[in-house]
Amino acid sequence: MAEKIVLEIARYAPEKDEKPSFQSFEVPFRKEWVVLDALNHIKDKVDGSLTYRWSCRMGVCGSCGMMVNGEPKLTCATFLSSYGNGATVRVEPLRYFPVIRDLVTALSDFLVKLQSVKPWLIRKDEPPLSAGEFLQTPEQLDIYKQFSMCINCTLCYAACPVVGLEPTFVGPAALALAQRYNMDNRDQGAEERLGLLAHPEGIWGCTFVGECTRVCPKHVDPAGAIQQYKLKAALEWVKGFILPRGSEDQSKEVRP
Amino acid sequence: MSVQPSTEFHPRWYRAPVSTYWWMGSWRYSLFILRELTSVAVAWSVVVTLLLLRSLLKGPDAYAHFTHRMQAPWMLALNIIAFCFLLLHTITWFNLAPRAMPVRVGGKRVPEFLVAAPNYVLWVVASAAIAWFVLRKS
Repeated sequence: MAEKIVLEIARYAPEKDEKPSFQSFEVPFRKEWVVLDALNHIKDKVDGSLTYRWSCRMGVCGSCGMMVNGEPKLTCATFLSSYGNGATVRVEPLRYFPVIRDLVTALSDFLVKLQSVKPWLIRKDEPPLSAGEFLQTPEQLDIYKQFSMCINCTLCYAACPVVGLEPTFVGPAALALAQRYNMDNRDQGAEERLGLLAHPEGIWGCTFVGECTRVCPKHVDPAGAIQQYKLKAALEWVKGFILPRGSEDQSKEVRP
Repeated sequence: MSVQPSTEFHPRWYRAPVSTYWWMGSWRYSLFILRELTSVAVAWSVVVTLLLLRSLLKGPDAYAHFTHRMQAPWMLALNIIAFCFLLLHTITWFNLAPRAMPVRVGGKRVPEFLVAAPNYVLWVVASAAIAWFVLRKS
């Protein structure tokens, strides 16, 4: 008996469909194939109109995130063999994102949120070029490195119920990235970002479901980053309460 | 944060509605909702403890009345349920503590279980001390 696996793929054509529907495709079951290989097989051999994003095929670009059997996954890292020969696997666009076509989601809202946290090095004083580069020890790098591994695949947004229920919530990846810059000893923008993010649509919107961390393919731990950020915000608030003036000078070293 | 509903090339985006029962979709979400609900049990336990203290301060009659009321079957059932929720509350939050508080020693992050463990140790010690105090023969 030939080895097969069935993919139930969400199809949506905005010019004619009211809402998405599922279409089944039978593909060969090969143990070295990932879900993305099966999608490519369908697009090449069965139905060229199937639309989805992908690029690197090696878990780096973050383009091929989809819901596989209800779980946010990078399809380039999800093997058919983990579902077994003859299985039916449901492939849908990432949850909570608007769907443009088939498996392609609209990312503009996410990109606006990402930019809103100012994910770049903010300096209050800009030393002259002749002063050389900003040196950093391995320990200083290690403090934020985990949070810098994000590939913007948005799996964490699809895992976060708050994102679905509160569309204005800045969301896990963007908040983790803000924390990545806060923890970078070259950065001086923590205070500025705290003003932007210590509100109900920012860090206080997070209810610590923790699913973002579980689904993250790069082990970024956005949930941890946000809780550490909350702790920092709470301490800053207390500091401002006790030392109304003393808390102002925190430009140099801001550590959570 | 504005979202562009559509563009010339994207005539209509489909937005799936979020079900009211989204938390039943996976046991992890259900566990999260249960964890959040434990706050009700925590509040209830605080009220019971305060009432206990008040009856103690008022004297033996008030204390006897309080303990009698606490022995009602429905009250026992309620408190057993509350106790289970308190256990869930404690365990889930102790396990999450290392994520919110990454402890670093000598530039290296301390393993998660070493951050969670002291919480459990303190919990056991405090519980043992209270049990000894309550159950000792006077």
